[in-house]
Amino acid sequence: MALAGLLWCIGALLAISVAAIPAARHRWGTPAVYGSALCASTIGLGLALASLLGGGALLGALTLPVGLPWLGAHFRLDALAAFFLVVVNLGAAGASLYGLGYGSHEEAPGRVLPFFPAFLAGMNLVVLADDAFTFLFTWELMSLTSWALVMAHHRRPGNAAAGYLYLIMASFGTLALLLAFGLLAGPAGGYAFAAIRAAPPAPGVAAAVLVLALIGAGSKAGLVPLHVWLPLAHPAAPSHVSALMSGVMTKVAVYGAVRIVFDLLGVPTWWAGALVALLGGVTAVMGVLHALMEHDLKRLLAYHTVENIGIIFIGLGLALAFGANGMRAAAALALTAALLHVFNHSVFKSLLFFGSGAVLTATGERDMERLGGLIHRMPLTAFVFLVGSAAISALPPFNGFVSEWLTFQAILVSPALPQWLLKFLVPAIGALLALSAALAAACFVKAFGVTFLGRPRSDAARQAVETDRWSLATMLILAALCLVAGILPGYFIDALAPVVRALAGAQLPRQGELDWLTIVPVAQSRSSYNGLLLFLIIAFAAGLGAEAIHRWASGVSRRSAPWDCGFPDASPATQYTAGSFSQPIRRVFGSVVFRAREEVNMPPPGDLRAAQMHVRMRDVLWDAFYAPVAGLVSYVADRLNKVQFLSIRAYLTLVFGALVTLLTVLAVWR
Amino acid sequence: MDRLALDVAHLLAGGLVLVSFMLLYQDRMTGLVNNFALHALVVSLSVAWQAHIQHAPHLYITAAIALIVKAIVIPLALHRIIVQLGIHRTIETVVGIGQTMLAGIGLVALSIMVMLPITAKAGTLTQQDLAFALSVLLLGLLMMISRRNAVSQVIGFMSIENGLILAATGAKGMPLVVEISVAFSILIALIVIGVFLFRIRERFDTVDIHALHQYRGEQL
Repeated sequence: MALAGLLWCIGALLAISVAAIPAARHRWGTPAVYGSALCASTIGLGLALASLLGGGALLGALTLPVGLPWLGAHFRLDALAAFFLVVVNLGAAGASLYGLGYGSHEEAPGRVLPFFPAFLAGMNLVVLADDAFTFLFTWELMSLTSWALVMAHHRRPGNAAAGYLYLIMASFGTLALLLAFGLLAGPAGGYAFAAIRAAPPAPGVAAAVLVLALIGAGSKAGLVPLHVWLPLAHPAAPSHVSALMSGVMTKVAVYGAVRIVFDLLGVPTWWAGALVALLGGVTAVMGVLHALMEHDLKRLLAYHTVENIGIIFIGLGLALAFGANGMRAAAALALTAALLHVFNHSVFKSLLFFGSGAVLTATGERDMERLGGLIHRMPLTAFVFLVGSAAISALPPFNGFVSEWLTFQAILVSPALPQWLLKFLVPAIGALLALSAALAAACFVKAFGVTFLGRPRSDAARQAVETDRWSLATMLILAALCLVAGILPGYFIDALAPVVRALAGAQLPRQGELDWLTIVPVAQSRSSYNGLLLFLIIAFAAGLGAEAIHRWASGVSRRSAPWDCGFPDASPATQYTAGSFSQPIRRVFGSVVFRAREEVNMPPPGDLRAAQMHVRMRDVLWDAFYAPVAGLVSYVADRLNKVQFLSIRAYLTLVFGALVTLLTVLAVWR
Repeated sequence: MDRLALDVAHLLAGGLVLVSFMLLYQDRMTGLVNNFALHALVVSLSVAWQAHIQHAPHLYITAAIALIVKAIVIPLALHRIIVQLGIHRTIETVVGIGQTMLAGIGLVALSIMVMLPITAKAGTLTQQDLAFALSVLLLGLLMMISRRNAVSQVIGFMSIENGLILAATGAKGMPLVVEISVAFSILIALIVIGVFLFRIRERFDTVDIHALHQYRGEQL
């Protein structure tokens, strides 16, 4: 049975994790750990793919006699779990393969190697868990191992604070999930998911569970306003772990939300859909705006994770809204879009983080203002990064386009919804989605252009060398996957059909059998997309254009103007910078969203000092939600500080008082 | 016989509460230690009576340990300590004796109100024993917080332990090894505290714990 095989793989990962503690001291430890993790996750990937495509023959459930004595540990492999296991193990295999090369640059392998396989095992276990206790336990395992990986380089400035914030937010999220499961289980305490499914909660309880699940899973996935830790913690980890956290762990959080909201809560209500979709829209726009203001390559990518999580949640929200109104085909469309985006984002975000890791090892720089011109020194990395950028910007013929296009198709069905609020809200969310897609494209023009084009802005960038073969192989495989999923989306949509059928009660029409590999999600008359045709047209047109330019334009002799093509000064500082690229957008959105203020210090006439320009930005969400809480906690802590310096007798008095009070309550209560 | 057994058990447990009040009242060191010896004697008698009526011979060992260690060895040791420290004069109390006694009466009432309804299903013997044991425990705690002198705090601490023994023997089926280990941990605690008392006195010329306050480094 596939489930038993997967559990053996997870057991192997945990064993590798233990064996890595002594192995990390040796030179052979790094390749041995990543190599064995690669084997285990590849086997896991194969099993998960087989169960997803096998049509239910390999699915099943299993109870192990560990955990709570009266409950045991329930594991279940259904279509949803199989799909998310594909995502998890694909990312895990990619990160392990990349780690074979990238891990050799690690200065403290003892801080990374033992936690890496355990982190992979934790994510696999969450997806397989079939009772609340196992789910929460493995969720915490995932959180804590990833926290340990974030803290791997804890002496670098900012990392310790990032880890601290992550730990707080992770605990807070788990608390919310704990309460959600407590409400779901009811007073009888039926913690197995099968028992929860058998007894759906009352409407009021269901609403509370929905909100708690959104807080719990959303804080891990990075839903605004619970996203603050994500852009700090994800980049702090080593790059292949950043890829896992951004590409895969956020998807496990999405899995948690889908499992609770779609599977355990029973029939959805329409306002739940509106809430989820609205949160998704706001998240998408806030994420991409933050990303535009960011000049640190890895943090920019982490903010884009926030944006893409928003897109996924838009799809989930629409699926809820359609499902509540009995529009099953439309719900299936929206859910397919969301799940396809889950897969796509895990692929291209891993690819982009691997690319940023390659840049980091080659130059030691994450700040884009100190990079540039890397396309000459690292041509292959530049190429795959370009593929990833095009995919995340939702440009055809890559995979990002397909899932965002499907999301838009779902939005276009929304006028058929009966509720007036939804009729107005969903198009507004569509506008937010369109805005975020456009801004994302702008952001990746900045990221790719400033990092790889132009001339090097620092010595480190000037002396960069192409990264190692393992990393390149990983990135090329993922880039190929981006293209394949973009030009043959029909097969991927068909693979999702059993998942969608189980959750939405319907599925999209089979796409693989249509002529010319076209996809037609709703009806032929409405819309269709043919990735292969578009790819051929783009390739043909681009080839023709390049040929024409080389034949007729390049051969013509030219005389250069006295202004040296706009580069009179040879200094790289005269180039267009990341800050200057994003300035127009900052002026349009930033003055409201970030309260950005610009200040120009002009020296008086006659003074030869350079003029200085300062930009001040504030995080409005931090000021609104987090600063008051932090202030309250430190106020209370200050007041309680006195309690730390009492005499022994005062402490005894406190104990005595507490005891007597409790006894009095007990005596009065009965 | 049954009736008599119950009455004697009550007499002894009630006597223990009474001696606890005497501990609270006593404000001379020598008297306090003598009172504590009486306290331990009553406990060992009570345990022995329980052994007799429950037909549990291992409880005789507990009773013997209580008698030898707590009623003889520890009081003798404390007498020696007091003489060596030179503090066989009166001891101060924080709250006046009268208020302390009133608070003690309140505590006994409280523990009866708590214990009687909770243990309604248990036998009469256990029920009343537990109420008395909780009273002894709370009175010991009250003594610890109402005294300044380290030696009397030690005595309060050990009277709490006597209350625990009373509770443990009242409930049937307490394994012997638990009682023995508790008794030995108390003995070791006494040794450690005794050593500390001398060290404190050497350093600060007093065992009044108020004097230690100003030496705490981390105080704001």
